[in-house]
Amino acid sequence: MYYFWVPFLPMFGILVPLLTNKLNRSACTLATALLPALALCLIFLDLPAVLAGESFSKSVEWIPQLGLSLSFRLDGLAALFSILILGIGLLVILYARYYLSEKDNMGHFYSYLIMFMTAMLGIVMSNNMLQLWFYWELTSISSFLLIGFWSHNSNARKGARMALTITGAGGLALLAGIILLGQVVGSYELDVVLNSGELVKQSPYYIAILSLFLIGAFTKSAQFPFHFWLPHAMAAPTPVSAYLHSATMVKAGIFLLARFYPVLAGTETWFVVVSLTGLCTLLLGAYTALFKHDLKGLLAYSTISHLGLIVLLLGLNTELAAIAAIFHIMNHAVFKASLFMAAGIIDHESGSRDMRKINGLWKYMPITATLAMVASASMAGVPLLNGFLSKEMFFAETLEQSILGAMSWLIPVLATIAGAFSVAYSLRFIHDVFFNGEPKGLPKTPHEPPRYMRVPVEILVAICLLVGIFPNYTIGPMLQSTSLAVLNYELPEYSLSIWHGFNLALLMSGLAIVGGAAIYLNRKHLFKFSGMFPDIDAKLVFERFIQTCVMYAQKINMKLETGSLQRYAFGLCLFALLLIAPPLFDLDTTRGSLAGTPINSAVVVAAILIVAGSLATIIWSHYRLIALLMLSLVGLVVSITFAYFSAPDLALTQLSVEIVTVILLLLSLYFFPQQTPTSKSRPSHFVRDFTVASFIGCIIGSICFALMTHPLDSISAYFLDNAKIGGGGTNVVNVILVDFRGFDTFGEITVLGIAALGIHKLIARMRLSMRTKDYAGRLWAKEKYPVLLLVVSQSLLPLFLLISAYIFMRGHNLPGGGFIAGLITSIALIQQYLAHGVDWMAKRVSISYHYMIATGLSIAGLTGLGSWFFERPFLTSWFDYVSLPWIGKFELASALVFDIGVYFTVIGATLLILASLGKLTTTERLTVGER
Amino acid sequence: MELVYAICVGFMSACGIFLMLRGHTFTLVIGLTLLSYAVNLFLFASGGLTIGAPAVLNSSENYADPLPQALVLTAIVIGFAMTAFAVILAMRGRADLGSDHVDGTEPFDPLSEEKS
Repeated sequence: MYYFWVPFLPMFGILVPLLTNKLNRSACTLATALLPALALCLIFLDLPAVLAGESFSKSVEWIPQLGLSLSFRLDGLAALFSILILGIGLLVILYARYYLSEKDNMGHFYSYLIMFMTAMLGIVMSNNMLQLWFYWELTSISSFLLIGFWSHNSNARKGARMALTITGAGGLALLAGIILLGQVVGSYELDVVLNSGELVKQSPYYIAILSLFLIGAFTKSAQFPFHFWLPHAMAAPTPVSAYLHSATMVKAGIFLLARFYPVLAGTETWFVVVSLTGLCTLLLGAYTALFKHDLKGLLAYSTISHLGLIVLLLGLNTELAAIAAIFHIMNHAVFKASLFMAAGIIDHESGSRDMRKINGLWKYMPITATLAMVASASMAGVPLLNGFLSKEMFFAETLEQSILGAMSWLIPVLATIAGAFSVAYSLRFIHDVFFNGEPKGLPKTPHEPPRYMRVPVEILVAICLLVGIFPNYTIGPMLQSTSLAVLNYELPEYSLSIWHGFNLALLMSGLAIVGGAAIYLNRKHLFKFSGMFPDIDAKLVFERFIQTCVMYAQKINMKLETGSLQRYAFGLCLFALLLIAPPLFDLDTTRGSLAGTPINSAVVVAAILIVAGSLATIIWSHYRLIALLMLSLVGLVVSITFAYFSAPDLALTQLSVEIVTVILLLLSLYFFPQQTPTSKSRPSHFVRDFTVASFIGCIIGSICFALMTHPLDSISAYFLDNAKIGGGGTNVVNVILVDFRGFDTFGEITVLGIAALGIHKLIARMRLSMRTKDYAGRLWAKEKYPVLLLVVSQSLLPLFLLISAYIFMRGHNLPGGGFIAGLITSIALIQQYLAHGVDWMAKRVSISYHYMIATGLSIAGLTGLGSWFFERPFLTSWFDYVSLPWIGKFELASALVFDIGVYFTVIGATLLILASLGKLTTTERLTVGER
Repeated sequence: MELVYAICVGFMSACGIFLMLRGHTFTLVIGLTLLSYAVNLFLFASGGLTIGAPAVLNSSENYADPLPQALVLTAIVIGFAMTAFAVILAMRGRADLGSDHVDGTEPFDPLSEEKS
């Protein structure tokens, strides 16, 4: 089975035109056509089995949790559409070779075209609904690119935008529908979904699913009231109109209806909504087409009308109607693509598409004229052509339905009227363009196109004739297997012959032809009548709608995004409050069953200090230095709290971080105003903030209390049990950090390093105004570095380093470790900076802190990678006991190496932050002094 | 004891959030630091309060919960990085915009800085 590769071939083909663009045009065209041609061959290889009634599917799992898989199927319906897409695609590639001018970028055009081909093949061959949707959106995007191909043209840009908006919005509706359907069925695979029709139709979500699918299908297939984008998409180059907007993309919506026919069709809602939408579109399109002076405009509305016809057929409650619909899909694709190509030739060779100017072309291009006349006769439904057969079936089926109850007779009548209009606009296409006097004011003299530009039209017209005359031999088997795929059960009897005897359907065909001729003969009156209505330009309406949306969006955005961090923070706090408060109301009591720990005087003192410190920070927050001192008091008590409640590691870390933080804030204070202006905050804001802060405080306190007093199942026992035997250390906190949760720690030191580098970059180009006086107007002291600190710090340094080495080494078994040791070393070095200044240090310490961070991270990362050599997962630790003479038995552990990485990263990050800030002061102060 | 602890955590959070909602960068940073103290204490408390039993094996009969401690340890260090980043960002903001207001309404007025 080769079909699985079919969607991939054009996918690789997207690149081909870009690569061969530099070669000459014919070579590029040939290269582009190669892969689609190969894909078509693959389909034909699988075709005999499909025609025999088989259907294949194959899927490769991708994200099974989401029901997403790479999954393709080939049944009659997929095969039919694939042949249409690839076959007409190849003809369009040939046609475009001659249609595009030298100025157009052919490589880009072909690339977009093949991208569309890939997407379209993906839709028809997908066996997974989510995958189908992905391709569905890709058709919208590639259609946008192709409509806007001549991007210098404003109409092209607007048309492209409109098409994308409408089909894209429809695509979103479809996605919602697909997800709902997937939830109801329990699978996104089409194999399963297509056999769950009953389940879906009985589901309460059926109406929602149906509506969403119909919105998706109707927007794509330009059904009323979403039809207006299609005429504006005609700003695209004509090969695109022939390919996307008549033969394939607009059929995607119809394909969707056909594909999900077994699942969604068969209910009253389906019949009424689908058939009436189709009927409206059919009539509206047929009527409007007659009055369009633009050749492509006429064809566009005719396409809308034919799409309506197919949708109407799918909405009729007979099985034969669905078969007729499939038949008409093929026929319409063939004759409409050839007509668009003919229109493109006329435009290309005469320089105009306005039917008031182009008349009497029969004399100038007789062969093209003959081809176009045969194709439009097929569009009109003249016997011996393929359009006649499916239209006859259509008329016959309108007689069989009973959708509107007693008023069902209305449908065949309206269908005949639409048929008459279709004959009238086909007549106009023939008569107005090729006869009806002489051309008026054309930019160039019309002539036949290059030989090969006409070949695609000739092939398509030949198909029209062959199918029209020998339907059973040409299209019969294909139609049968496709119908089987659509209906998903036994086919009813039907006959494909040209002559069914005298019956009502034949009478309707006759009436339509006679009526059409009558309408065309009286066209002058009709044109005058239609001229009395105001001409509404859908583009303007649409643009105004979009502008209004943008305006409102901007207004809302302006309201939300005020640039006030206060407001954002307030909103965030309020939201957090709303989220965390409700679960608390479900809790019966705050106090849980656990017995509390008895209180003692030390705890009371600490509590008083914390409360007083916090309060003082707020009260004196205007005096920034004092606020900072109060804050550090709180931090100090916090570290004592950690020490008191059996967390020596935390206490050590908190203490050293506290020191570093306060130094940092003191340094930064130099650059900020010393005091905060008092009168700024409004009383209402004060009350608002006070209320929110108190509420959150109360809630956090309550949760904290509840957490401590309720019994808790902790996973900590595992760590306690395995720290020694698995990690080789007795300090469980450290073993968790460097071993059990080593990957977390690795991530955290990475974040630390990134933050430090970010800070370095922020500081690097900072220009701040320096003060020479303090807040009271006194000059700064002249002595730069206090002598006492100078002497003491130098003698303290070795001691500091010794302590940090000690803390580091014992970390695995006793409180300590890389984090704390790193912080202590940092503090020792910062002290040197404070005592001696940046210049003094720069001469003596030549290490770059960037490299230190990088080294630390590399050591940690490589230690983790090392375990791969022993075929263990990342960061699996290793330890063993070694005994050396003199020293005795000691432990070697890979976790210790990891901890060295942590150590270096912490030093590098801390010093990079503080030294960068410190250096800023010195250089800046110098320049200020010079001034 | 748990009650006192919880009250302290709640009070610190409230103070921190109140300071965070002020309109100047430095106050905001101080509020952030205060809040991170509270959050660290809060996380730490999720393992319960234990006295005299650090999670060092063979040192006592039962041990304090080591997991929250390990989490809080890294949280402290990351908290420092975050505070540092916020401070430097505030400085850079003041350097580039000439103001340390974050309420979005204050116009640029370098003179008011000098007066204060």
